[in-house]
Amino acid sequence: MSIPTTNHTEKIGNANKRKYLLEKVSSKVFLICALLSVFTLLLIIGFVFYKGAHPFVAGGYSFVDFLLGTDWVPSEDKFGILPMIIASIYATIGALIIGVPIGLFTAIFLAEIASKRAAKIISPAIQLLAGIPSVLYGVFGLAIIVPFLQNTLGLVKGQSLIAVILVLAIMMLPTIVTVAETAIRAVPKTYREGSLALGVSQIGTIFRVVVPAAKSGILTAIVLGLGRAIGETMAVILVAGNSLIVPTSLTDSIRPLTTNIALEMGYAAGTHQEMLFATGIVLFSFILILNFVLARISAKGGN
Amino acid sequence: MTTSVMEHTNTTTKQNETGKGISEMEQRKDGASKINVKDLNLFYGEKQALYGVSLDIHEKQVTALIGPSGCGKSTFLRSLNRMNDLIDGVKITGDILIDQENIYNSNDVIKLRTKVGMVFQKPNLFPMSIYDNVAYGPRGQGIKNKKELDKIVEESLRGAAIWDEVKDRLKTSALGLSGGQQQRVCIARAIAMKPDVILMDEPTSALDPISTLKVEELITNMKKDYTIVIVTHNMQQAARISDKTAFFLNGEIVEYDNTDEIFSTPQDQRTEDYVTGRFG
Amino acid sequence: MRQFKDNLLNGLLWLSAFLSVAVLVMIVGFIFYKGFGLISFDFIFGDYSPTGGGGILPMIVTTIYTIAISLIIATPIGILAAVYLQEYAKQGRLVKVIRFATESLTGIPSIIYGLFGAVFFVTTLKLGMSIIAASLTLTIIVLPVIIRTTEEALKTVPAAYREGSLALGNTKLQTLYKVILPSAMPGILSGIILSIGRIVGESAAIFLTAGTVAAMPESIFSSARTLTVHSYLVTQEAGDIELAAAIGIVLIVLILAINLSATFISKKLNKATNK
Repeated sequence: MSIPTTNHTEKIGNANKRKYLLEKVSSKVFLICALLSVFTLLLIIGFVFYKGAHPFVAGGYSFVDFLLGTDWVPSEDKFGILPMIIASIYATIGALIIGVPIGLFTAIFLAEIASKRAAKIISPAIQLLAGIPSVLYGVFGLAIIVPFLQNTLGLVKGQSLIAVILVLAIMMLPTIVTVAETAIRAVPKTYREGSLALGVSQIGTIFRVVVPAAKSGILTAIVLGLGRAIGETMAVILVAGNSLIVPTSLTDSIRPLTTNIALEMGYAAGTHQEMLFATGIVLFSFILILNFVLARISAKGGN
Repeated sequence: MTTSVMEHTNTTTKQNETGKGISEMEQRKDGASKINVKDLNLFYGEKQALYGVSLDIHEKQVTALIGPSGCGKSTFLRSLNRMNDLIDGVKITGDILIDQENIYNSNDVIKLRTKVGMVFQKPNLFPMSIYDNVAYGPRGQGIKNKKELDKIVEESLRGAAIWDEVKDRLKTSALGLSGGQQQRVCIARAIAMKPDVILMDEPTSALDPISTLKVEELITNMKKDYTIVIVTHNMQQAARISDKTAFFLNGEIVEYDNTDEIFSTPQDQRTEDYVTGRFG
Repeated sequence: MRQFKDNLLNGLLWLSAFLSVAVLVMIVGFIFYKGFGLISFDFIFGDYSPTGGGGILPMIVTTIYTIAISLIIATPIGILAAVYLQEYAKQGRLVKVIRFATESLTGIPSIIYGLFGAVFFVTTLKLGMSIIAASLTLTIIVLPVIIRTTEEALKTVPAAYREGSLALGNTKLQTLYKVILPSAMPGILSGIILSIGRIVGESAAIFLTAGTVAAMPESIFSSARTLTVHSYLVTQEAGDIELAAAIGIVLIVLILAINLSATFISKKLNKATNK
């Protein structure tokens, strides 16, 4: 950027020299801080994958058997996580089916239909609920939902797939409502006015103009809610029942991937521990795939 | 073009200073030349924004840069204190000499910017008190002595003709002032660095007519102490306050001359069209 | 027909909103109803007693430790990283890589962080199950939160401030700490407060790295329980819903206080800088 015309380079004053030095040093420090997050990510992936891949690479275990095996008996050297994979998928999809429509409709209600005063009270309250530790949702599930299911459905054990689904759906609600409401409120007024002026009803306007316009924000809301549901561990342990079976009905007791790790990590050692890391890899891939799929959907939907 | 004429005048003036000879009539108002720009080309990545701009700016005068939007006048102004350096991918060729030193040869932009102050299009005071805003530059240079700072702040605010309006509220937020007042505090803030040159990038474009008038008055008074380069959209303003005017078009200087000449007897048809309002 | 569809949708909107609010009110109501009987001065400020009836002071202390340690580490690193990304970096591949890493970190579930913390901090670095191991794990969890919010806050600082300061012969660094960071402070603070909420709410990662010792921690190298983990354990092991709910009350009040102080601080700072 400098112009090489004259060789007369000005001497930089001493005070300024120090400033330039500081400038250089500080920018390097900032860079290092920024690189730290890359470093930790690599470290995490590295550690989890190294540990988790070890039994398959060095221990002679088959990864396919691991994925498709239905028996998890560490004491007998049997490590199959199919029941947990299926449990995780069922629980997540179930929570989405219940949580997303209710959450979205609530968000739409708060942004478009509720009176200003009502929204002013309800929205911050829901926001606050998004910050409540998830364990408390589990405690609630165990104390209220589980006995309720047990009594009304006449189950031996109320801890079940449906209990997990309900707890996760409730837990997603505040996140979905809060994020989606913000997205809907951000839709310009002119869109609504334009549609209303064409004689479309308020409800029609909401569903045909406002919601499509807020699509990408709504998808973000779903992704965030989903992330919360898939990764949730402790609350799920309390209501899942933790049985190692492939669930065939909503009332079966289940053990999703996350809870398997948390329940056994405390005492696992050797191959058993490595298998828990392998469970972590599966969970990790699960989330990567979901994020990828959703990113594709939102890329398609949002032009 | 007219550049050679300027250089000629310039040497005459120099003789004047040393020799005291030659008629007073011949001296005109031109001081020594302060900034010499030679064949300046500027590129934003692939796109060229300035084409071979050459210009001599004289000491203690107001030089106005006029031209339609996108003609390169602001870009040119921002080369003079190397504010263009902040933009990625800017490439510059040619020379800009201030006091005969090439500003792009030294990497000491701090020194350059203390010598060449700048006032922006919109008042950009920091969210601090009036006092802290004016003391901001000197403090950055390591001046910590309270008395010294007090003195600089007062002098600068007086220099920007706003002292009387703000002296009782120096410690209150600068953002509480009106737009016109804020812009004059911005000028005070620039003066506080004791610069030789002050660059102004459409300093009144965000102001109401009365504030504009005050700022113009201030600029006229300031030229006894500073070399001022001002970009303006407002041709009446250029005519009112400047000694020299350069007309930019499509990244080139079409014409550069005494302001009177530019507005009364422009040499180039395009200049005439512009100053008479036929396009722009 | 259209009229009918509109009415149906309208009804569903009201129903959903009612359901959401009802369920959430129920949860909070349940926690307060069940736990309120246990709340007392001794409960909050009393030492834990394994035989029951004791207080939760050790868990409160542990929670405060984890908040303090992880924020002390994550805040400066996070802010400086955001400064690099927003103020220094030229847009290019490096920035993309850093952004991608930060975003990926946000998406990792906490149990994976727990796994990592358990092998890296607990075993490899030989910190053992301890407050420090948990805090370091939490540092990684909140780092992307702080980076993201600080970046957003820096984006809101007008470019005119930067130009103004640089044009007055200040260096980038001077501009940064004299003008940019003070202007971005409300946003940065709300990010930090958000992180506190995340730390307080975290359970799985802490469970795997801090262990479950229910006693007043002697130092940051001791194993201990945070409030959230305690709430989980008393439910899981003893089925003591009342105690869990009482801890829940403390947690909810804490979160409420954190949120209110965030709003308060950012309002106050906004006033201080803008008026």
